[in-house]
Amino acid sequence: MENFVQQLINGLSLGSIYALLALGYTMVYGIIKLINFAHGDVYMVGAFVGYYVINYLNVGLIPALLLSMTFTALLGVVIERVAYRPLRNSSRITALITAIGVSYLLQNGMIYLVGPGVRSFPQVVNNTLYQIGSFQISQMQLLIFGTTIVLMGALQFVVQKTKLGKAMRAVSIDSQTAELMGINPNAVISFTFLLGSALAGAAGVLVGMYYNSIDPMMGYAPGLKAFIAAVLGGIGIIPGAMVGGFVIGLIEVLISGYGNSMIRDAVVYGILIIILVVRPSGILGRHVKEKV
Amino acid sequence: MKKVILGMTATAAVLLAACGASDVAGEGGEGDTIKLGSMFELTGDVSAYGTAEANAVSMAVEEINAGGGVDGKQIELTEYDTKSQDTEAASAATKLATQDKVSAIVGPATSGATKAAIPSVNRAQVPLVSPSATDDSVTLDDSGNVQPYVYRVGFQDSFQGVSLATFAEGDLEAKSAVILGDNSSDYAIGLSKTFKENFDGEIVAEENFTADESDFSAVLTRIRNEDFDVLFVPGYYEQAGLIIKQAREMGIEQPILGPDGFGNETLIDLAGAENVSDIYYTAHFSMSSDEPEVKEFIKNYQEQFEAEPDMFSALAYDSVYVIKQALEEAGDTSPEAVNQALENLSDFEGITGIFSFDENHNPVKSATIVEIQNGEEVNATEVSPE
Repeated sequence: MENFVQQLINGLSLGSIYALLALGYTMVYGIIKLINFAHGDVYMVGAFVGYYVINYLNVGLIPALLLSMTFTALLGVVIERVAYRPLRNSSRITALITAIGVSYLLQNGMIYLVGPGVRSFPQVVNNTLYQIGSFQISQMQLLIFGTTIVLMGALQFVVQKTKLGKAMRAVSIDSQTAELMGINPNAVISFTFLLGSALAGAAGVLVGMYYNSIDPMMGYAPGLKAFIAAVLGGIGIIPGAMVGGFVIGLIEVLISGYGNSMIRDAVVYGILIIILVVRPSGILGRHVKEKV
Repeated sequence: MKKVILGMTATAAVLLAACGASDVAGEGGEGDTIKLGSMFELTGDVSAYGTAEANAVSMAVEEINAGGGVDGKQIELTEYDTKSQDTEAASAATKLATQDKVSAIVGPATSGATKAAIPSVNRAQVPLVSPSATDDSVTLDDSGNVQPYVYRVGFQDSFQGVSLATFAEGDLEAKSAVILGDNSSDYAIGLSKTFKENFDGEIVAEENFTADESDFSAVLTRIRNEDFDVLFVPGYYEQAGLIIKQAREMGIEQPILGPDGFGNETLIDLAGAENVSDIYYTAHFSMSSDEPEVKEFIKNYQEQFEAEPDMFSALAYDSVYVIKQALEEAGDTSPEAVNQALENLSDFEGITGIFSFDENHNPVKSATIVEIQNGEEVNATEVSPE
């Protein structure tokens, strides 16, 4: 039993990371129906920005998070402006392939700039281990979980309670009608990329700090898993991404902890297939009839 | 879809590599230079090793050229990137052997890529020296006969597995072990196998991870509840560093044993120096050596690349000098003559030790088991080949 609780803690901290990333996928998909495969690499860039600001500006965790989020937010906006906006009226597959291209550009660009090697992340937070009963929770795990909850709350507030959030929801339902109502869809889409990429940047810094390891290819596997989390929760639905992220994190940990660690990834990708076949709208998704 | 993407990048890579090579081939005339091929994982998953080795190779070639070359001839290096993909390694080997007509090839870094290159070098009959392909089967074919054109400078995995098992039983007095290995690499699978065969104690549990993982908490939580004396982690420093950190933070205090893949400064950064205690791993080369050649190598490497050399670069550096010695002994630059000389190479003195090739083209040298306490190398035990 104590082991089970320990594994749940492990799963929640892993799931928080997936959830933060899944939010970016889901928001972008919700608004322009694009699966932004470069999202995992924005997360990687966020980790590197955190690495450099901590090492060279000697800042603490919170400023590093904010600087990294600012940088990746701008990067997200630039990527959207340069790579996706010109293809707004092309077929969806064109934009998807471009997204894969952007992903490779970021990975290999970073390999060119900083080298391919793994580097350790500067430790600005003392990783104290708290012993609660017979299980342990580390300060980093609490921090990851806490930051994720705060950021998700903030996002939910922005989307549900602010005017820009309302505009985002309007554009996601019907971009043309929203435009007729005086909303500038391009600005709203840029804003969506800004939010999603900022969250990815935060996840990058947190992961760097937690695992103490960053490299230019680090975004690939978590990016794919976060995408699965987004699909699982219902792509396009913000609470769905959170649910999906936590569920994938827990499933991974429980399989490694109680089953066979060799089949873990197979199960996670298997879930993607099952969800797509059985319930493509995801856990929280509703089946929406296509408008004709 | 991933296949399609890989296919596309592979095609692009071939095009790029082809462009790169023609530039190099344009320089220098025929006959007055010796052509040497270099193929390493410069990009992709294992580019950290490939880059370190390629750097050391080019450094060694520059040194040889600055010192007057081999028998008065300058070495002309043709370099390819294998992109950490086996198919690329095969095509790079074919290009080097047939189009660039090199006398010998150095690289690639990993066992998988080296195996992929073997059919190409066999067909073209050009010798290939891999610095760090440590999998046993690299120099042997399916029926156990020696591959006629493949050599390696690093000792093979079975020797590492045997040394570590002996060390665990003897020096550490271990009666039981847990293995936590990377199930996606030939390297870890081979090491686990020989360790299991040679360790007389009990293997309490065998767990796996994959190379792109960074969260080991689930598996380690499970291991923590086992009763064992040593944890053997056959894998590379990227994962090993994280495993050590997470294991020690979780309260797993047993000694951790590792293969040569632990041998990188980054391991200590990743794990945090305070966590790196009771760590033992096999090494090809000790950075703290007093040998003047080793010191010279470390100094030059630091100056040229602004990075610490590791044993991968040391092995690659020696590989070039192995070929140099073979070229001198052969007195001829034809691949066949160089191969003959490599086959008979003996008493080579390099920075990773003094060795000769045995009948299976493996170097006969001793392994060093390095002990780390609080992030510092405190002790090195020599384990000689049997």
